[in-house]
Order: sequence, then C-alpha cells, then structure tokens
Amino acid sequence: MAVLLEIKDLQTYFYTPTGVVKAVDGVSYDVQEGETLAIVGESGCGKSVSALSVMRLIPNPPGRIVGGEILYKGQDLMKLDEGEMQRTRGKEIAMVFQEPMTSLNPVLSIGRQMTESLEFHFGMSKTDAADKAVELIRSVEISDAERRLHQFPHHLSGGMRQRIMIAMALSCNPSVLIADEPTTALDVTVQAQILELMKRLTQELGAALVIITHNLGVVARYADRVNVMYAGKVIERGTSAEIYGNPKHPYTLGLMASVPRLDLPPKDKLDPIEGQPPDLADLPPGCSFLPRCRYAIDRCAVESPPLTVVQGAHMSACWVADQLPSETARTS
Amino acid sequence: MQDQQAALAPNANDILVDVRGLKMHFPVTTGVIFQKTIGQVKAVDGVSFAIRRGETLGLVGESGCGKTTTGRCLLRFERPTEGQILFDGEDVTKMGDREMRVLRRRMQIIFQDPYSSLNPRMTAGQIVGEPLTIHKLTQTKAEKKDRVAELLSIVGLNPLMADRYPHEFSGGQRQRIGIARALAVEPSFIVCDEAVSALDVSIQAQVLNLLEELQDQLNLTYLFIAHDLSVVRHVADRVAVMYLGHLVELAPRDELYTNPLHPYTQALLSAVPIPDPKIEATRMRILLRGEVPSSLNPPPGCVFNPRCPIAEEECSAAVPELREVSPEHWVACRLV
Repeated sequence: MAVLLEIKDLQTYFYTPTGVVKAVDGVSYDVQEGETLAIVGESGCGKSVSALSVMRLIPNPPGRIVGGEILYKGQDLMKLDEGEMQRTRGKEIAMVFQEPMTSLNPVLSIGRQMTESLEFHFGMSKTDAADKAVELIRSVEISDAERRLHQFPHHLSGGMRQRIMIAMALSCNPSVLIADEPTTALDVTVQAQILELMKRLTQELGAALVIITHNLGVVARYADRVNVMYAGKVIERGTSAEIYGNPKHPYTLGLMASVPRLDLPPKDKLDPIEGQPPDLADLPPGCSFLPRCRYAIDRCAVESPPLTVVQGAHMSACWVADQLPSETARTS
Repeated sequence: MQDQQAALAPNANDILVDVRGLKMHFPVTTGVIFQKTIGQVKAVDGVSFAIRRGETLGLVGESGCGKTTTGRCLLRFERPTEGQILFDGEDVTKMGDREMRVLRRRMQIIFQDPYSSLNPRMTAGQIVGEPLTIHKLTQTKAEKKDRVAELLSIVGLNPLMADRYPHEFSGGQRQRIGIARALAVEPSFIVCDEAVSALDVSIQAQVLNLLEELQDQLNLTYLFIAHDLSVVRHVADRVAVMYLGHLVELAPRDELYTNPLHPYTQALLSAVPIPDPKIEATRMRILLRGEVPSSLNPPPGCVFNPRCPIAEEECSAAVPELREVSPEHWVACRLV
C-alpha cells in the first residue's frame, strides 16, 4: 500500500502565560491508502492537536506548528498558502469532529451547510448541489432526505447530527477522513451504528480513515494499525493484533489493565495507572511516563527513549520494551 | 403490585431504599405569561426496585432513559409525580423540607461533571467543610479543619491541598473532592451519578477502586448510575436496565451479563466494544434501528417495540409488566 499522508517530526506548541505547552512534541506517523488507522490516548496527549495540525486548523495565537513536515501525496502542506490549503481541506483531507452539537452552524439549514463545500470545491450549481446533498443524506441512512435539507441542526438528534457531519465530510470524496472522537458524545447503541457506517462508507470510497479516540475498545474492531500517544509523543505503534495482543509499552499495558472488560471474568480490583498525566508545560527530563511507570530503570530519568522497532513494524518508545511481561501472562 | 414488591424485597430488614411505582412527569408548557401545559415528558414512568443495605445497585441506560431523574427523585431533588420512595422505612415523598434536610445527612450524591459540580470560588477545604457547618457536625474551627484534613486523606488527596481552588486540580482529583464532600456527613447511601464517566480510563480505574474501598470501610450502599456497561459490571452487585422511563430488566450482576433476556439488554451488551481485535472479529452485533424516541411522545405499548428486533404486533398493545422469570431475575417483555 502506498503512503498517502506522512507526518514527520511534527511539533505543535502553545505559547501560554504559564509557559510553552508542548502539545505535540516530535510526532511521526503515516497513513496508508485505504487503511483504518487509530490514534489512541487520553485527554491532553496531543492526539487531536496532531490532527488539527494536519488540517492547519491550530488557532494562532496561542498555538503554532514550530517544526516538522506534513506530506500529503508528497506535497508539504506546511508550504501551501491559505488558498491552496482551503482547496485541500475538505476535498483531499476531511474531518469529523467530536461534538456534533457544536460543530454544525446552528443558524444555517442542513442543506445550506452541505451544499456550501460542494459549490466551493466543484463549482456546482445550487440545484445540482442540493440533489447531491439529498443523495448524501440517504447514503448515511437518514430518512426523509428532502425534508432534512430545510431543517436546522437543533431539529436533529445527536446521532443524526453526527451522520450529517459524516455526509458533509465525505461529500467531496476525500482520500483521508480524520474522525476526532466521532462517537464519544453518543450512546453505545448509536456509537456502534456510526462506526459501522463510517467504516463502510470509507471502504466504498477507498478513502483512508483515521479514528482518534481515548477508548481502546472502540477501535479494536475497526483499526488496521494503532498509534498510542502519551504526553505529546507516539509511544507505541503496530497492527491492532500487535497492540492489543502483545503491548510493548508500560503505558499501553496500563491502559489495557485499567479498563474493566466484558469478555473476562470480573476482577476484584482494577489495576489503574497510578498518578496523574504530566503537565505539558513542565515535562520532566527523560521519559514522560517515568513517574507513573512500574518498570522504570535508571536510564529512563536521563534519556527519553526513541520509538524503536520491537519486531517488524511494531515499535515502542521504551528502554525495557523487550523485558515487559506479555499480555497473556498478565491477565491470567 | 404489592406481591411484586414483596418478591423484589425478600427481607424487609435488608432493604435500605425501596422505590415503588415511581413516576416523574415534567410538564411542557407554552406561552410566557399565560402558561398552558401542552404535554408531559414522562422521564420516569412507573419504576419499582429495592436497594439492599451494603450493596451496589447499577442503573444503566442510554441518555434520556430517566436514570438520572430516578436518582434525583431518591434524594428528593425532584418531587415525584406518583409513587413511594421508602428510605429505611420512611416515605421520602411525603416529607417536609425540614425533615428532608435531616434525612439528607444519610443520603448523598456524587455528580458526573467534576468541573461544574464544585463552586469555583471556594477552596477544596471550604467545599468539603460546608456540609459539616450546615449539619453542625463540628463545634470548633480546629475540629472542622482536622475533619476536613481527614476526609481529604481518605479520598487520597494531600490535606495540604485544602487551600487550593478547584481549577488547580485535575479532573480525577476534583472527583475525589466531590467524594470527600459526600462523605463529610457520614452518609449510609450514596447516589453515584455517572461519577467516573468524565474521567480518563487510567484515572477512572483509580476512582472506581477508591469507591469500592470506601464501601468496604464505611459500609456504604450505592446506587451506581452509568451508561458504561463494563464499568457497571465491575462495581455492581445487581443491575437494573432502563429504557425510556421504564425498567426493562433487573437481575444479579452475573446473571444479567451471562444471560440477558430483554432484547434491549442484549443489544446494549452486544454494542459494548471489547478491546481485543480477535474477539471482535467473530463477535455478533445486534445493531438497533433508529434512535431512542422522545419521552414526550413515547410509543404505545412496550416502549422498546419500534426498535425491537423481535417485536410482534401485540407488543404495541400493552405495556409489559416486570415479572420474575427466574429467582431474582426480572424482565419486562412479553416474549421472554
């Protein structure tokens, strides 16, 4: 498979009165054609900021992309002017946001919001765009498509709004769809519907799907590959079989142990990761996970571990990656 | 109804909270000056269950199913439209405000959002100490300070943090402050309303462990309201499933998770993702059609029938009663 989008050593910092917050600090990953890639991490790990950086939607000030390259089909997005970027955004790389309540414009009809990008990117006439919008609304399995065009976001439920967002994002046949916590605000039964829908539609279009989430469970079913992020860095990468079956970073191991699982017998006690995530404006030297790590060695305090190969394409940023207990030994 | 109650509560002495036929309908009005009621949101529509001393009853359901309203009724934040709520034998719905205030010493709540449930202008110490003042539980300032320090350390916070304001704490720490505040009056019953939903998974596990430790130490009874079925399985002894204002299933934990009988419970469980691609690859998923209907205009008969994969014509005729299909396993479905 060919590499579609490649992020190299991306650094996005926020300049705040209390200091420089290194939200994304040297992140590299790539997205291959047609694959489903997951970016997993807890709040503040930089997963959303890395995606917003790709779209060049970082509010400046206070944020700024201070280093790195974002190559889309070989072209560095950082070097595009705003007009060129606008033609890329939505048409080549589209995004679905977490909050279906706030990411639609409350004073514009659904139809207007959907036709806007069609008119902009393809120069469609108003009626052609409206026809296409009806078709798109049907494709995301919403009934009464014609009537929906004249409705406003507040007429729709959360799940329907997220469907509209997906329809809008896919309207210009993008090659990459980035979904930032697409189902976090939704109920479990609706969550399943939306994920199935996204997977099916991107497969039909041949588009790559990047799912950003804090929930390890959500992506297990859908992702081909997984990147795990912590404190602004990718700390583990691999196929989902590798990440879920044989995690090689203490943080990933810890995340797996913290969640109660329906498929295993109930445990008396959960095994949480102790402590708090670090303050990104004041990171300790060495490995950022060190204060919460139960496998740390002396070297961790002085030298930050780079992302290195464990086996094949499975990579981990940990000095003791090869000495960690295997997942099977831990759960039994 | 009475028979059902007797069976739901085998030994009356064990029962701390007994809810009978609880209904909470909110009027929907139109007009500004001349208000006219044009409808009713039936948030909770005839719910009965009992909570035993020292147990954790899990209450699960999707947004808008009435689980939070049920919890709020128990604490009498809302005055129920109909039904009885017996707390240790006394009917909460009939109490006056003064009696209620006394009783609230024994029942507390931990809210979902640790950001909006703490007053930003009060320090952690003041927040935790306020119930002590209100219920006159400490006499002197020094005594109060000691008790606040003790409470903070019970929930795993450094007592030196008492002078800090909520914004100086992380989400998990704020939730610990909320727990300390609830514990201040030494309650016997705590409603945990989505108490860990807003927290990151690694922090969620810490807070869940804390809640369980406190239950053991202080002999607490919990009503644990949540939408996350894996979390509920971890903490609850028995689980009640709600849908659109109705209780659809109630069973001991292991029974509910291994042998779910109501089609809604089955769908809900099958939608919970499991963090293992190998299991997910072979797992069957029951995808429900559509979304939860509005409780302003619930469907006739069984409220689940428009989305139910096995519904028959008769399902829209009458509301199915909650009945005991095997010991302690209650289901409201005529096809089970």
